[in-house]
Amino acid sequence: MDELDGNRAAGLLREIFGREMTTVAATCASCGAVAPFGETDLYPGGPGTVIRCRTCTSALVVITQIRGMSCVDLMGVRALDE
Amino acid sequence: MEGTAVPGRLTWQVATVTAARSETPSVRTIELDVPSWPGHRAGQHLDVRLTAEDGYSAERSYSIASAAGEGVAITVERLDDGEVSPYLTDELRAGDQLELRGPVGGYFVWEPADGGPLLLAAGGSGIVPLRAILRQRERSGSDAPVRLLYSARTRSEVIYRDELETHHDGVAVVYTLTRERPADWAGYTRRVDRALLAETAWPAGKNPLAFVCGPTSFVETVAGGLVALGYDPGRIKTERFGGTGGR
Amino acid sequence: MSPISRGFRRRHAEPDGAADRVPPGQYVTDGFPVLSAGPTPHTPLAEWSFSVRQGGGTLKSWSWQEFQDLPTETVTVDIHCVTRWSKLGTEWRGVSVDTLLGAVGHDAGYIMAFSDGGYTTNLPLADVMGGKAWVAFGYGGAPLEPEHGGPARLLVPHLYFWKSAKWVRGLELMDEDQPGFWETYGYHMYGDPWKEQRYQGD
Repeated sequence: MDELDGNRAAGLLREIFGREMTTVAATCASCGAVAPFGETDLYPGGPGTVIRCRTCTSALVVITQIRGMSCVDLMGVRALDE
Repeated sequence: MEGTAVPGRLTWQVATVTAARSETPSVRTIELDVPSWPGHRAGQHLDVRLTAEDGYSAERSYSIASAAGEGVAITVERLDDGEVSPYLTDELRAGDQLELRGPVGGYFVWEPADGGPLLLAAGGSGIVPLRAILRQRERSGSDAPVRLLYSARTRSEVIYRDELETHHDGVAVVYTLTRERPADWAGYTRRVDRALLAETAWPAGKNPLAFVCGPTSFVETVAGGLVALGYDPGRIKTERFGGTGGR
Repeated sequence: MSPISRGFRRRHAEPDGAADRVPPGQYVTDGFPVLSAGPTPHTPLAEWSFSVRQGGGTLKSWSWQEFQDLPTETVTVDIHCVTRWSKLGTEWRGVSVDTLLGAVGHDAGYIMAFSDGGYTTNLPLADVMGGKAWVAFGYGGAPLEPEHGGPARLLVPHLYFWKSAKWVRGLELMDEDQPGFWETYGYHMYGDPWKEQRYQGD
């Protein structure tokens, strides 16, 4: 499949974080690349959503929504900045 | 936070379809009445959720086709193997309701203060958010010059054709068709490649702001081509729709 | 409570009297949705290998050519995705996991399948033995395409399809059950579609 842009997850990210996230810059914990979420690769893979660093493809964020609750793993992000 | 936090409701709300207009045989624009719509910016999108009687639900994202200050409208292309798009293009009618969430997306957005010159590149239904940008530019009286490169399969699949062919000062539109060579056609007839970009895009020296939207392969070809022409990668915004988009 | 979208229904195919083949909460589809947690890997076959590993070491490994020389089977099975689509009568060609694990001595109770790109999923050993699982490299009579997990993927049709790891490169033998990728994020450790074991706690 072709990955989508992190921008397409704007609604999901806003639902989880409570604010617009696509312009927030994430620092990849794996390679150090910095990019706004809008410039990341989005994989809406069945059981959940994975947002990956466009430079090294490491997972930045993994989101699953189960029984109305969201599980969000941000361990792939070293820092978040405006 | 100014400019990035979008005010308004975060949750799903119910909207009513006020009109549905066919743009091409497989594309329809749907106008919506959305209570408490906080306003939107050109380039943003909204998420639609449909729920069947048995409780099954499906969500999809659609770029907003209208400018800030206009009513909310989305333009949907029917994907043959789609589950949601055929419903929106063939079944939905005025008076129906659907759930939506938005506006969302702060990344792929243009406001008049961002200036230009603008290089807009659309592959197929990628024209939708770019048309919102054009309408925004018109409504705001911006004089940022625009070059729009629009790739479609055939002439009959060009969306918003009448609107795009209406002359607007400072807007130049170039078409390329990828599956048709009409006898009287003045535009290009091939997939966008670097030579085509070199002939049609603003020179890099003008420090253009580029918005590229469409199927992933189109966006990657164009974005890569613009970088090769010397465009600042930080001034190229992309929105990939995924899949081949039927190119 | 979401309003019902008039006239909207899930795209589905009539199962032709096969209702007893469709687990609860599932819908039959005639398509084959592509859902992935990451980019499609493109490992050249010359670099591909399949390994059975345990405790940090490799018990046995096959190159692509060696893998092709193993006995293969063609099976027709129904598959069920946790996102609620089911596809009936899918034809696959591959090597039975019995053949692969039969080549090594072990007494582990569980396995973790691992794939190019880092994806993992856990299964009890008993659920990949006894003719219940394959490493498949053919689908529908043709080589398995990369977007569907080619060159080879795990195929365990009696469990939800996230257990059928795409781009599989081997099995890690474990004494205890450990959660794989989606299991870590709340999905069921076992995943029996007939008991609707989608999420932990089901």
